[in-house]
Amino acid sequence: MNNKIKRGVSLYSYQEEFFLRKMNLEECIAAAAKTGATGIEMIGEQSIVGFPKLTDAFVDQWFGWMDKYGTTPVCHDMFLDTKRFKNKIMTEDEQVESLVRDIKFANRLGFKVIRIIVSTSPEIMERAAPIAEEYNVKLGIEIHSPWHINSAWMTRHHEVMEKTGSKYLGFIPDMGMFTKRLAKVMTDRMIRQGADEKIVEFVCQQHEKAVMAEYIIAEVRQMSQRPIDNAVAELTRHNIYNNPNSLLPFMDKIFHIHAKFYDMQDDYTEYSIPYKEIIEVLKKGGFDGYLSSEYEGNRHIQDVFEVDSVEQVRRQQEMFKRLI
Amino acid sequence: MFEKYMIVEDDVQNIVENGQNTGFQFGARLPYYRGLGLSMVEEIIVTIDGEKIQQENVSLTVQDKNYTMAQMEIEPEARWEMGEIAHVQVRKKGGLTTGEHKLHLLLNLRVSYMPFPSIRQSEKVIKL
Repeated sequence: MNNKIKRGVSLYSYQEEFFLRKMNLEECIAAAAKTGATGIEMIGEQSIVGFPKLTDAFVDQWFGWMDKYGTTPVCHDMFLDTKRFKNKIMTEDEQVESLVRDIKFANRLGFKVIRIIVSTSPEIMERAAPIAEEYNVKLGIEIHSPWHINSAWMTRHHEVMEKTGSKYLGFIPDMGMFTKRLAKVMTDRMIRQGADEKIVEFVCQQHEKAVMAEYIIAEVRQMSQRPIDNAVAELTRHNIYNNPNSLLPFMDKIFHIHAKFYDMQDDYTEYSIPYKEIIEVLKKGGFDGYLSSEYEGNRHIQDVFEVDSVEQVRRQQEMFKRLI
Repeated sequence: MFEKYMIVEDDVQNIVENGQNTGFQFGARLPYYRGLGLSMVEEIIVTIDGEKIQQENVSLTVQDKNYTMAQMEIEPEARWEMGEIAHVQVRKKGGLTTGEHKLHLLLNLRVSYMPFPSIRQSEKVIKL
């Protein structure tokens, strides 16, 4: 099928190696490019020492890397530290100012989209829209599980998109909202931390049967008083599943996609998230942005296993090549 | 997340002032996937061999600059970067004796998009 889905990698995926200084920023870009992905996504506050400051020399080097590896800057992920100070929430003006800082940062490094952290209010988006337009950087609110595209919070964001008519406001769905079965790397870690294996089995089965999280949590509470067992049940609240078709009515407002994954198998499937179904929906909807790898398995295995983010991303990108 | 790497166990020394051990310091990494302004590191709780150190006796050196907990609270610009090894200084008369010690570190991070504090902890046996 002819389609316009492009492949990208968020450098977040290599966080284990980057954290431990096993890979530097250039090596992360090189690893992403080696998979055949062309889009680079980056969290400024992760990858750039001294964020948000940028020197001219760094900016030159950045675009030099993009040329060298045949990649394009696609998305910068921002944070809004509303609780920057203890017992004092940022004012709306300060929040807009913080977002403008990120818009300028993204613009300088050639990113055309910013991932807006989910906690950002629709009011801030509305105020920032004209500035985003001025700098030609689109703002996509991240829809991250347990939110889904029809959550009340997202409906309010959608209302602002409609009201302003701004082409610079949209969505960035994280595919973690399509967790069809709980990640084994998560439940295995919790078993290592002492969770009861029978409770883990029960919770996984209930989640796969699509029993509502609140019911699973309430049932487990009656089976065990141990915090770790109840934390297993809580996984169902934070790892939701809903029908990928739910994205279809909003497809023209989806700027970019976080292709979250926890555990790519040898057979090029993801254990929890049904990418075959998801990509069918994206094709059907005519999605023409980047499907950006976001590996998040490291935190669940690093206590006992060697993390190999490069191989995990390679596998996911290979799966995308086959499915797109 | 990253708890395993919070305490840099091969980076522990006594602090010597005027020939006296006045405390000890150890390497520490922020257990998070991005850097944070210091004002968002709400607590650094050090427990050594079961003894909890008072907050006023704890400070942090990041990029060669030392901050008390009170100074950190009002410092949003200076950052503890992702994966960066900073040093936690502990004032403790006599420092640590030669040999093994049990070191417990708790970091309480104020991550704005989370509706609860991000509390991460690790315990390691360190050797002097």
